[in-house]
Amino acid sequence: MSKWNILTKGFFKENPSLILVLGTCPTLAVTTSVNNALGMGAATTFVLLMSNIIISLLKNVIPDKVRIPCYIVIIATFVSMVDLLIQGFAPALSASLGVFIPLIVVNCIVLGRAEAFASKNGVWDSILDGLGMGIGFTISLVLIAAVREILGAGAFMGHQFIPSDYNILIFVLAPGAFIVFGFIMALVRHILNKVEAKRKAKLTVQK
Amino acid sequence: MEYILMIIGAVLVNNIVLVQFLGICPFLGVSNKVNTALGMGMAVVFVMTLATLVTATLQKYILLPLGITYLQTIVFILVIAALVQMVEIVLKKISPPLYQALGVFLPLITTNCAVLGVAIKVTEQELISGHGFSILDSTIYAVAVAIGFTLAIVIFAGMREQLELVDVPKGMKGVPIALITAGILAMAFMGFSNLV
Repeated sequence: MSKWNILTKGFFKENPSLILVLGTCPTLAVTTSVNNALGMGAATTFVLLMSNIIISLLKNVIPDKVRIPCYIVIIATFVSMVDLLIQGFAPALSASLGVFIPLIVVNCIVLGRAEAFASKNGVWDSILDGLGMGIGFTISLVLIAAVREILGAGAFMGHQFIPSDYNILIFVLAPGAFIVFGFIMALVRHILNKVEAKRKAKLTVQK
Repeated sequence: MEYILMIIGAVLVNNIVLVQFLGICPFLGVSNKVNTALGMGMAVVFVMTLATLVTATLQKYILLPLGITYLQTIVFILVIAALVQMVEIVLKKISPPLYQALGVFLPLITTNCAVLGVAIKVTEQELISGHGFSILDSTIYAVAVAIGFTLAIVIFAGMREQLELVDVPKGMKGVPIALITAGILAMAFMGFSNLV
């Protein structure tokens, strides 16, 4: 697999939340506004990148039998760092993301990449993989948040452009999260199926 | 009375899955059949109660007096992971029938963000105004939250059993249609919103 592929596979083809359905809790909870989605995406990407680097460097030192607790400690260290940094420098973001910042520890994406990629590959590939997956996660968060914020609050990144009388409140509430996530996941899967079918058709023609 | 209100609030009004978005992974993953959903729910009740009891005790007698609450995330996740392993081993020895019923779900619970989420949540807010942080309140709250989880996952499994028989567009099959169903279920739970 080329370096470019390692980086880009997380964007759409193996998108952690839309295709692999990992990390659904933050995806649903923080997508009430695009700003929250970007903050959460950045925090998760940082943790993913740092834990991937450390785990790929330590992969020959960590005994196989206790690898999961070791991974969890490494991940939890970076999550605590991010938590304290956000509390210190972006208190508003910290208040709106709340308990979901410490919960990055149990985000299946981070542990999943540690187990599936960083523990088997070198440090450079792990950096690319962590970045790619983090960006893919951020893309899906921002997509969902954009739909929810525009329909539910009539705003984009906090700038209101639809008067509040015409907002559909349900989209910023809990049910809207499930419904928008469901429809966007269906749409992305549909497009990927189409692209795949076209590629296959092209291959058969060439043969 | 205060406790009854807190329990109703945790089970129905602020349902952990449908309103607070914690524990979505098992909610989507183990909700194909009502029986397995019930098993998962029971396992969550068991683990969440124990875990919150232990983490609340640690918070009150170790983390708070020593002023090291910034280590909360690391301490709690390690305690929960160790606790789940221990529960699994103890159950296997003491009560094989219970282990048969809950065993397969236990490893899944370590990565259930609902358990860690509740453990952190009870330390951050007063559950009953005037009580401050109390281990008893936290544990009762954890039981109520876990019952709310069980309620949501069992209802959802019942709906998904029916969904199996329906003709769904190809891109919608599986998780997407399940999410939209969950959205409608969440809408139904919004009806409880001003109950307490």
